Amino acid sequence: MFYREAGQFKTTYIRDQELFPVKQDRWGIFVIIGFSFIIVPLIANDYWLQAILIPFLIYSLSALGLNLLTGYAGQLSLGTGGFMAVGAYACYKLVTIFPETNVIILILISGFFSAGIGIIFGIPSLRIKGFYLAVATLAAQFFFEWLFGRVKWFYNYNDSGAIEVPVRNFFDIAVTGPTATTQARYMVVLCIVTFLALVAVNIVRGKIGRAWMAIRDMDIAAELIGIRPLNTKLIAFAVSSYYTGVAGALFVFTYLGSAEIEVFDINMSFEILFMVIIGGLGSISGAFLGAAFIVLIPILITNLPRILGIPINAATVEHFNFMILGALIVLFLIFEPHGLAKIWSIVREKLRAWPFPY
Amino acid sequence: MEKKIGEVLLNVDHISLAFGGVKALTDICFSIREKEVFAIIGPNGAGKTSMLNVINGFYHPQEGEITYKGVHRKQMKSHDAAVQGIARTFQNVALFKGMSTLDNIMTGRIIHMKRNLFWQACYLGPARKEEMQNREYVEDIIDFLEIQAIRRTPVGRLPYGLQKRVELGRALAMEPDLLLLDEPMAGMNIEEKQDMCRFVLDVNDQYGTTIALIEHDMGVVMDISDKVVVLDYGKKLAEGTPDEIRGNQTVIDAYLGVTSANK
Amino acid sequence: MEILTTIFIQPFFDMAGDPILFLQVIWEGFVTGILYSLIAFGFVLIFKASGVFNFAQGIMVVFAALTLVGLHENGIPAYIALPITILVMYVLAFSVERLVLRPLVNQPDIILFMATIGLTFFLIGFGEFIFGGEPKIMITEELLLPYDSITFFDDMLILQEIDIAASIIAALALIFLALFLGKTKIGVALRAVADDHQAALSVGISLNTIWVVVWFISGIIALITGIMWGAKSDVSFALSIIAFKALPVLILGGFTSVRGAIVGGLIIGIGEKIGEFYWGDLVGGSIEGWLAYMIALVFLFFRPQGLFGEKIIERV
Repeated sequence: MFYREAGQFKTTYIRDQELFPVKQDRWGIFVIIGFSFIIVPLIANDYWLQAILIPFLIYSLSALGLNLLTGYAGQLSLGTGGFMAVGAYACYKLVTIFPETNVIILILISGFFSAGIGIIFGIPSLRIKGFYLAVATLAAQFFFEWLFGRVKWFYNYNDSGAIEVPVRNFFDIAVTGPTATTQARYMVVLCIVTFLALVAVNIVRGKIGRAWMAIRDMDIAAELIGIRPLNTKLIAFAVSSYYTGVAGALFVFTYLGSAEIEVFDINMSFEILFMVIIGGLGSISGAFLGAAFIVLIPILITNLPRILGIPINAATVEHFNFMILGALIVLFLIFEPHGLAKIWSIVREKLRAWPFPY
Repeated sequence: MEKKIGEVLLNVDHISLAFGGVKALTDICFSIREKEVFAIIGPNGAGKTSMLNVINGFYHPQEGEITYKGVHRKQMKSHDAAVQGIARTFQNVALFKGMSTLDNIMTGRIIHMKRNLFWQACYLGPARKEEMQNREYVEDIIDFLEIQAIRRTPVGRLPYGLQKRVELGRALAMEPDLLLLDEPMAGMNIEEKQDMCRFVLDVNDQYGTTIALIEHDMGVVMDISDKVVVLDYGKKLAEGTPDEIRGNQTVIDAYLGVTSANK
Repeated sequence: MEILTTIFIQPFFDMAGDPILFLQVIWEGFVTGILYSLIAFGFVLIFKASGVFNFAQGIMVVFAALTLVGLHENGIPAYIALPITILVMYVLAFSVERLVLRPLVNQPDIILFMATIGLTFFLIGFGEFIFGGEPKIMITEELLLPYDSITFFDDMLILQEIDIAASIIAALALIFLALFLGKTKIGVALRAVADDHQAALSVGISLNTIWVVVWFISGIIALITGIMWGAKSDVSFALSIIAFKALPVLILGGFTSVRGAIVGGLIIGIGEKIGEFYWGDLVGGSIEGWLAYMIALVFLFFRPQGLFGEKIIERV
């Protein structure tokens, strides 16, 4: 009875096309945002922030980027890891070359490098479609894995081959590097991700989002309506790569602290793709739901047997992780290809009618 | 009341189209005048859809010229065609199945929407203003086609007749000067056909849009068209008013049959 | 100018300067190429029969190899282990088709592709769970495969006998399968099914028989490939990276062509080795990881259907 839209009339088109036309939804979102920004930094402990919330937000950002490209524009990409690497290494070089500049600005700028690379690897999309395009993105993935591992300039010639994140401040508070607190890093990530998510929502509900979905659903008809396929696809690649690039930079700078190129290998690409599939293709909230799901599963698998008293070793956890993930992908694709986002909207439909069954 | 038929809007001159060894169109010539309702008829496989595809810029003919709004071209580019005012519906409904009715029709407005990525990212401000202006235009079309109730329904869930109506709406949203309709009444019952006829004639009447349509229902064709061209095996058999075509012996032999001719 | 010479002239001088070394490189490339072709063939077969690019084919190869080795480790002699492994692969292929491919039969291609990626992950976890994660050694001796080497030109050109054996076996398999698909009644029926399931049914082809044949063959191919690859390097799940090598081959050759798989495999195999050996050092080495993909990418631009694939005409 509480989730009712009755009485909430929209009298202008502006009101009709708002983000959260249902009042209860609006309250829900404000609560979540308030909670994340104010309550969480005060009460969450380091483990929760470092191991769960920060990676969740960063993965969500990357999944959001991939969802824009694959879910909305219909261009399958298996090179997400590579694009994240571009963002991460671009940020690293920027930070070493411009030590005085605000690191947050540099993180946001490094996304543009990734966007540029995205456009280059998106150019083939004019002539090649669907599955073959995925192969082109694999070329990007393997190429960048090699580039950032072999060309020493990218990791400043240091012996280990890894990049180390230096300490950088934001108004006298350390936000990156060994001295930065988890709270500081969490707030940086939260602000950037929230801002970029809002931008994504705006883009998707306007003409660019519609053009993307038109290309995805029937590109020939889209072209005959006057949509320019190459422009539309390149914008998708650019925006998507920007998001994954920033996510890559955040991944190294605010989460790992140091990294080798191996963290951005093909498994990362698959992981992000799985988040998008499980969360729901073509849905902004789906990116977050999928990321949450995949971040939490290994934690569940590690802790559940311990809680139930069944002994389990680390290797087996790894194996079960793979098995459950793989099985879930197949099951979701068979039974609910629109993912958790669709399941959530079905729950809301039920809530509307509650306490009646339909 | 006689409507005023204008100058030649589209001229198709000796168009030939082949796919490998298959000759889809051979030496086709006809013209369509402004405000005309122009029908293209013929048996299946005659090349009617291919002809529309050539006008649209989806297929590029090997020979011949297309003159549209006075500009001669060897072939149409699809983006040019759309921006110059050619819109289209398809034989097998080509709607964007992942979107709602409203969104589908809004895609027809994309050629009229100018705000770039930066403003789209902000949304508030010029992008929203443009969005609302176009939304109003689309709502007028929705009223015209009487599809208010299914505004938010994903088009994949709509019955076939309504899908065809939404597709018409999307074409109208482009504000076309020339509307190409590929079997708009196929698969409809009598009531749906009457509704569709009414919409097509209203569009021609109110907006002055030139209509080119492919149709198999001879009753409809004879009723609403000003001019008819008959294709068979990629060649033009005849061109003329509905009465002339009805009486044309070659057309009767190839396609109409005696009973149709006597209707 | 200096750079242009190093890239475009010097490598050819190197090749001409030591022709025996060049032959060695070509031979290595040829052997790898034939094995790529064999893997690609597995993908072509499934693609022809079901229209799906089954990413999990790579993992099937590993599974086959591991099953064989695992059975042998438990005391079963090679000549019994072989047919048992084929049976296991048959069951595996059958389950994959029933549980994963069939429910998704009407979905767009990329959904199917993603499902097979999920399947691969599942099988990796499952396989490591059953067989353990450490690399194993292929039972080449027990399979009566040679392990010596033959030398020519005063030890300058060394050919491993196992490579020769692998090439011969792979070539025979490919020729046999090409003939089977092209000339026999069942082969033609298979191609009919690949084209249009319903039409094939309507002319009386039993889909089930066809599927049985397909699974059987794909199981045998997986086993042969697994044995050959396992003989050259250890048998471990790192081998599943093989699927990634098959893709450029298929793009070059076309997804539906057996000839394409053979030609594509050889081009990629030899091209990779030559590229790595004569040009690799210029850019830091180890370019084998992505060279094949770049070659495939260039191909995609000019001939998206591959050398032998079918051109797609879109209709509205």
